[in-house]
Amino acid sequence: MIRSLHRWFGLVAALLLILLALSGTALSLFPATDALKAPSAASLSVAELAARVKAAEPSVEQIRRAPSGLITAFYFKGDAPVSAIVDPATGKVAGNGDQSALQRFLTNLHRSLFLDDTGRIIAAAGALSMLLLAITGLFLIARRAGGFRQLLKPMRGGSSATRLHATVSRLAFPGLVLSSLTALWMTASTFGYLPDGAASPEFPASVSGATGIDLATLPALKAIPVDSLQSLSFPAEGDATDVFTVKTDQGEGYIDQGNGALIGWSDANFADKANRLVIALHTGRGMAWLGLLLGVSALAVPFLGVTGLMGYAQGRRGRGARSKAANKASTIILVGSEGGTTWGFAETLRAALEAAGETAHVGAVSGFSPETYAKANRVILMASTYGDGEAPAPAAGFLARFAAMPVKHGLKLAILGFGDRSFAHYCGFAKDIAAVAQQRGWPLVLPFDTIDRQSPQDFARWGRELSAALGLALELNHVQSPPKTFGLTLTSRRDYGASLQANTAILRLQLPERSLWQRLTGAGFPAFEAGDLIGIIPEGSELPRYYSLASGSRDGFAEICVRKHPGGLCSGQLTSLEPGAEIRAFIRKNPHFRPQANRRPVILIGAGTGIGPLAGFARANDCHQPMYLYFGTRHPSVDALYAEELAGWQAEGRLSGVQTAFSRATNPAYVQDILKADAARLSRLLAAGGQVLVCGGREMAAGVAQVLTDVLAASGLTIAGLKAEGRYAEDVY
Amino acid sequence: MTIRSFLAALAVTTALSFPALAHAGQVKLSTNLRDYGGNPAFLAYYVTDASGKYAGSLWMAGGRTRYYRHLSGWYQATGGNAGEVNGVTGASVGSGRSLDISLDLTDALFDAGYQLHIDAAVEDMRESPDEIVIPLTSANAGKTVQGRRYIADFTFSR
Repeated sequence: MIRSLHRWFGLVAALLLILLALSGTALSLFPATDALKAPSAASLSVAELAARVKAAEPSVEQIRRAPSGLITAFYFKGDAPVSAIVDPATGKVAGNGDQSALQRFLTNLHRSLFLDDTGRIIAAAGALSMLLLAITGLFLIARRAGGFRQLLKPMRGGSSATRLHATVSRLAFPGLVLSSLTALWMTASTFGYLPDGAASPEFPASVSGATGIDLATLPALKAIPVDSLQSLSFPAEGDATDVFTVKTDQGEGYIDQGNGALIGWSDANFADKANRLVIALHTGRGMAWLGLLLGVSALAVPFLGVTGLMGYAQGRRGRGARSKAANKASTIILVGSEGGTTWGFAETLRAALEAAGETAHVGAVSGFSPETYAKANRVILMASTYGDGEAPAPAAGFLARFAAMPVKHGLKLAILGFGDRSFAHYCGFAKDIAAVAQQRGWPLVLPFDTIDRQSPQDFARWGRELSAALGLALELNHVQSPPKTFGLTLTSRRDYGASLQANTAILRLQLPERSLWQRLTGAGFPAFEAGDLIGIIPEGSELPRYYSLASGSRDGFAEICVRKHPGGLCSGQLTSLEPGAEIRAFIRKNPHFRPQANRRPVILIGAGTGIGPLAGFARANDCHQPMYLYFGTRHPSVDALYAEELAGWQAEGRLSGVQTAFSRATNPAYVQDILKADAARLSRLLAAGGQVLVCGGREMAAGVAQVLTDVLAASGLTIAGLKAEGRYAEDVY
Repeated sequence: MTIRSFLAALAVTTALSFPALAHAGQVKLSTNLRDYGGNPAFLAYYVTDASGKYAGSLWMAGGRTRYYRHLSGWYQATGGNAGEVNGVTGASVGSGRSLDISLDLTDALFDAGYQLHIDAAVEDMRESPDEIVIPLTSANAGKTVQGRRYIADFTFSR
C-alpha cells in the first residue's frame, strides 16, 4: 500500500517536482550572492543611515533593508525613479538595486509556473506530493532496514538503483520536507487561509508641523538599530503634515519629522513573525547557508526521479510474462517478493522447466489456490525477505491463508528463500512458510533452502538438487543483465597445498590501464576495496563465479585466493592459469563486508581461502585500527596462506594479534577451537564495541557463530543484535 | 445621501452593468504603465473630498486583498477594508501595459474640490502611494498627467 502510493505519486508528480526543484536550486543561489555583497552595518542606527543616504541622494523616498543585509534606497534621478544598493558606511550608491529579470523569471516559474493562481495551486500540489513521497519513502526505508532505529544504517540489499535511491533520499529528506512544508504554508498564506498580520497603526491626527530637522538627531530613529530595520519611508517633500513610516522586525510605526517622536506604533503579531520565519526558511533570505542546503537537497529530486524509475523498471522486468495458465501447468512457481529480482530467478526456472518438457506457470504468491491447479503436481514457492523478516508487501496475509488451507492430495511443495545473510532475520518469511508447511504436513519435493544475495551459484546448486528430486535434466543458469567485463592479466601466483591434494593459489592480477579520459569520467575498471567481489566468467560458461578480493584498487592490483575444487570449472581454469594469461572479470561491490571506519577493534575470522579479504583489510590498515586475526588452515608447512605477510603486518601494527589453527598438524585444531580458547579476550573486544568479520565456508561460519553465541551470552549480546548494528558480517561460500 | 454612499452605489451599478443613472455621465480613466520591469502592479483609484477626507473607491486593479496594505494611501484611508472595492476589482496591470476603465460617475463629483488619487504597488519594489493626484475639474478632463514611478501617464475624460 505504502509502496504503491510512493510509486504512483512519484510517477505522476516526477516532472513537476523536477521543474520545481531545479528552479528552487537556482533561486537558492541569490540569497548567497546577496549575503556576499552585503556590507556590515553593525551598531549603526537608522537615524545615522537615513542621514547619510539623504545627504548622498536628497530625493530619497524610502530605504529598505533585505534580510540578507543589503540596503536599497529608492530616489529620483531627474524624473526617473531609481533603486540602488547603498553602502551604509557612506550612504553612497554601491550598485543597482533592481531585482534581476532572471531572478524574477525563476521566482514566477517556481511558485506559479506563470499560471497565476492556477499555477500556485499546481505548485502547492507538487509540494504536497513531495511531502507524501518523503514520508512514504521514509516508511519504505525503515521497513527495508528493519525498523526506524535502523534508518541511518548503510543500505543493504535491492538493486543498485533502489539502493542509490534510498541512500540519496535519506540525505535529502530533511531539506525536502522543510521546503515542502514551508511552501504549503506560504501558499496557504497567499490564499488567505492563515491569520492576518497586525494592522498598521492609526495615522496620527496631528503632528508637530516642523520640518528640516537634522535626521541624525531624531530620537525615535536613533533608537532603532539598522539590523532590525525592514523599511523607512520618508515624508513627502514639502508636506509638513507627513511623517516617517518605519517597519522593523518588531512592528510598524510613525515618527514625527519635526521632533523625532514616535507618534503611532503597532507591534508585529504572531502571524507576522511566523510568516517572516517561514519565508526565511523557504527562500534562505537572511539564512543563505540554509538556502544553499535546501538548494542542494532539491538537486536530489531529479536524481531520485531517475533512480526511482530505474528501480521500478528493473522490478517489472520479466514478471511471468511468458508463463502458462495455472490450470494447464505441471509446475506452479509462485513469487513473494517486494522488489523484482526474485521474479527473474522464477523466469529462469520456468525457462529451464519448459526446456525439460514441463509446463510451468509463474505468478504471485498471493494467488496461491491449490484447487485451481488441475494438472500441477508441484508448487515452488520463492519468497524473498529483506529487513526485519516481515513478509514482503505483495505477500501480506499469505501466511495466515496458507496456514488455514487444507493439504491438497498429490501436490508437493518446494520452498526457496531469497535473502541476505547480513540481516538478522535471514530469509525469515520463507522460513515461516516452511514451518507452516511442515506443521500442516505438506509433502516436500526437496528440503527448504535459501539463496544468499541473489547468488547464481546458490541457485544453480539448488537447481541440481531440484533436478535430481524431479528426475529432470535442469540447468539453472541465472544471468542477471550481463555485466561489462574487463581483461585482467595474471602477473604472479603463489601455490600452496599441493602435497595435501588441496591446490590453493594466491593470484595477483594486473588492473587494466585507465586512460586519462577514463580517470576523469570514472569510466573503465571501477575502484574497489578488499572485501568486494570480483566476478570471473570462466570459458565455457555464462555464469560468473565470485571471489572475495584480498586487495583494493589502491594497492594497484587485484588479488584473490582460489582453491581448486574437484571438477570445478572456474577454479580449475584459475589454478592452472600461467602468468601473462588474461581473464575476463568485473567488480561487484560488497560494502557491508568491511571494517567500520572507527577506532574500535575488528575481529577477523577466516578459514582456508577465506583469509583473502581479511588479509586485504590488514594490508589496508594504515591507521592501525586494532585488528585480531583468527585463521584456520591445514598445515603450517603446506598451506599457511599469507604466512610471510602476516608476521610483517603484525610488526607494522596493521594486525594487533594473529592466531592460527592447523587441522592437519600434530595437535589438530580448527578455527572454532582457537576462538573458544581465546574467549576472554573476544568477550572483552566485543564489549568494547568490536566488529566481527567472518569469511570462509558455510559450515565454518556456522561453527564460528555457535562459539561466539556462547562467548556473547555472558554479556547479554546476541549475534542477531550485532548483525542489526552492522557489527557482524559474513562472507561465506 | 452622502457622496460616499452615492459613489459606492454607483460603483456597484457599474460593476453589474446597470443602465446609467440620471445626472451621471460616463467617465473614462486611461492609465499607461511604464516598462518598470517587475511583476504586475496593483493600482487603487480613490477619491478624497475638499477637506482631504476619503470619499470612496472607484477601482482596484489587483485581486489579492493580502497585498492591499502596500497601497498605503488607500489602506490608511479605508483601514484596509476590502469591502470598499467590492464589485469594482479587476486584474493587476503588467509592466508596460495599459488599463482603461469606464465608470458612470455623478456630475456632483466634478468641480467640487474632489481629488482622484492613484496608489501603486509592485511586489519586491517600492510602494508608491499618491502616484497620481489630480483634482476632478472640468479643466483637467482630457489632460495627461505623468506618474512618478510606475505610471507613465494618466488621463480621465468625460
